[in-house]
Amino acid sequence: MSILIDKNTKVITQGITGATGLFHAQGAREYGTQMVGGVTPGKGGTEIEGFPVFDTVEDAVKATGANASVIYVPPIGSADAIMEAVEAGIELVICITEGIPVLDMVKVKKYLEGKTCRLIGPNCPGVITPGQCKIGIMPGYIHKPGPVGVVSRSGTLTYEAVWQLTSRNIGQSTCVGIGGDPVNGTSHLDVLRMFEEDPATESVIMIGEIGGDAEEQAAIYAREHMTKPVAAFIAGATAPAGKRMGHAGAIISGGKGDAASKKAFLAECGISVADSPADMAEALLKIWQP
Amino acid sequence: MNIHEYQAKAILRNFGVPVPEGHVVYNSNSARDWAKRLGEEPYAVKAQIHAGGRGKGGGVKIAKSADEVKQYARDMFGMTLVTHQTGPEGKIVKRVLIETGCNIADEFYVSFLVDRATDKVTLMASAEGGMDIEEVAAKTPEKLFFEIIDPVVGLTAFQARKVAFKLDFGIAQVKQAVPLLMNLYQAFVETDCSLLEINPLVLTGEGNLICLDAKINIDDNALFRHLRIRDLRDYDEEDHMEIEASQYDLSYIALDGNIGCMVNGAGLAMATMDIIKHYGGDPANFLDVGGGATIERVTEAFKLILSDDKVKGILVNIFGGIMKCDVIATGVIAAAKQIGVKVPLVVRLEGTNVELGRKMLAESGLNIVSADGMADAAEKIVKAVQG
Repeated sequence: MSILIDKNTKVITQGITGATGLFHAQGAREYGTQMVGGVTPGKGGTEIEGFPVFDTVEDAVKATGANASVIYVPPIGSADAIMEAVEAGIELVICITEGIPVLDMVKVKKYLEGKTCRLIGPNCPGVITPGQCKIGIMPGYIHKPGPVGVVSRSGTLTYEAVWQLTSRNIGQSTCVGIGGDPVNGTSHLDVLRMFEEDPATESVIMIGEIGGDAEEQAAIYAREHMTKPVAAFIAGATAPAGKRMGHAGAIISGGKGDAASKKAFLAECGISVADSPADMAEALLKIWQP
Repeated sequence: MNIHEYQAKAILRNFGVPVPEGHVVYNSNSARDWAKRLGEEPYAVKAQIHAGGRGKGGGVKIAKSADEVKQYARDMFGMTLVTHQTGPEGKIVKRVLIETGCNIADEFYVSFLVDRATDKVTLMASAEGGMDIEEVAAKTPEKLFFEIIDPVVGLTAFQARKVAFKLDFGIAQVKQAVPLLMNLYQAFVETDCSLLEINPLVLTGEGNLICLDAKINIDDNALFRHLRIRDLRDYDEEDHMEIEASQYDLSYIALDGNIGCMVNGAGLAMATMDIIKHYGGDPANFLDVGGGATIERVTEAFKLILSDDKVKGILVNIFGGIMKCDVIATGVIAAAKQIGVKVPLVVRLEGTNVELGRKMLAESGLNIVSADGMADAAEKIVKAVQG
């Protein structure tokens, strides 16, 4: 078991004829993911590196039975691409694209209301269930199947946490990058809920950042409803207020969302908080043993 | 992206929002000329910098005559204005806005922003205008009113009326407030604002509502569809190194410490700064070289870091996922040779082909300290810098 994706997930790539889309579609296929095709409007009926290409997501779903989509289309068309996938009945949409206007995402979130489709991202590395399915840009080989769920807003910092686990011979159930934008499809809380319900996940590492209060909301859920131990790290303790630290969401405004207050709140909720990013796996091992 | 008050007001005027008559000037003579053209006394003379709290620092004056406008403008041009938002170094005033003054009977606060909790644009209002709204929110949150806006229908008239009645407007002002608020919302969405703040919204002695101040931040991600707004960018208001970095797609923010950092990924870059601090050092910058750390970008990143005189050592922390470590090592070596890095350089590589990458660094003949893990890297660079 795992969350979101497994060996049966069938994936199409929106924006497959672009260099990035194609590169990562091939990487995912090599990892063993069922990459069943792609969509690029105007190139339907052709084939690229063995992937059948369709004009619309609807056509792709009909022909391949895909139930997940990964989006690499440029920011100008990303919101539209997400909605097209939702409309075509895709259950899981993972949007990798960085730089989507926030008001586009506000519309997408409204569009998703009342629909069963789950959106991960945008501006995220993707999702991986080690040994079964990799959707996104993360390096597959640093992962290892196992019992720890990982959820994070950031890409390389997630790799760091995963690597700390793998090099201690501890594997991961599923690793979810929810993305660094202020408005995104899936929150830390949503993923914690999925991990709590997943029999294959025994414990969780949650990696947060300064800005907003999504980590606090997740911590309240952990305190109230979770039986599984959670460790966490919050990046940005040294970030100055009012400056956007790379991610559009990572900004301290009005004295809210700074790392110290986040860490203190998480600790109050019973989460094992790592003081240093080098100690993410250690923080988990303090409260849980594989 | 931040824009100036006068630019924000020009945008609002186009959306039918009442703002004072005014003009931006670049020297004190034209300040007087424009005051004369505006006619009616008194005038407001307002320094244009990208920071709030200008009044307290002497950046906003009320002048009774055109000659007084010139006087005040002359004082302002070239002055270093320090407010609670500029930092201690302040900002030099290069543009001044001359406006017709108005007879203030009461002041209110109105803003629009994207609320992360609801994922919707939210209208925030308060009768405590002219105050620092963060203070109002902290001390008297009951005095703040919110309306969450449906992105499909936009701000509705009934929502605008609700807010107007909560602000205790008389019926004549409610009739003005409804189109004013709806037009502000229109301006917000059509120009892709991330923040639109009117503080204060003024009720004049004549019973009219007018936006006395206006602050607009534009979503950087949406600038591709607002080319005319993109041209409003004032480079004088930005850190020159951050501007240079953005030309090479590097995300760079200067800090006060002495350890330069080069990292791939925003989260890891923040975490690298944190771990330097954790070991008793001080980061000189935030620098994300992005996913595709090519030789060119690594070279530019080194140049940028070294152009800061405070830098006494550099920590490179790269988790090569898609990027292979040998490629990154090639970039680091080429850049270090080309620029001649004279300060201690600690490199932590992890990921694909890491052994090869480390071997290349070791055999490069350069004085590069290789680190094993983030903690080791941070300890080594802090030690090297502290001597």
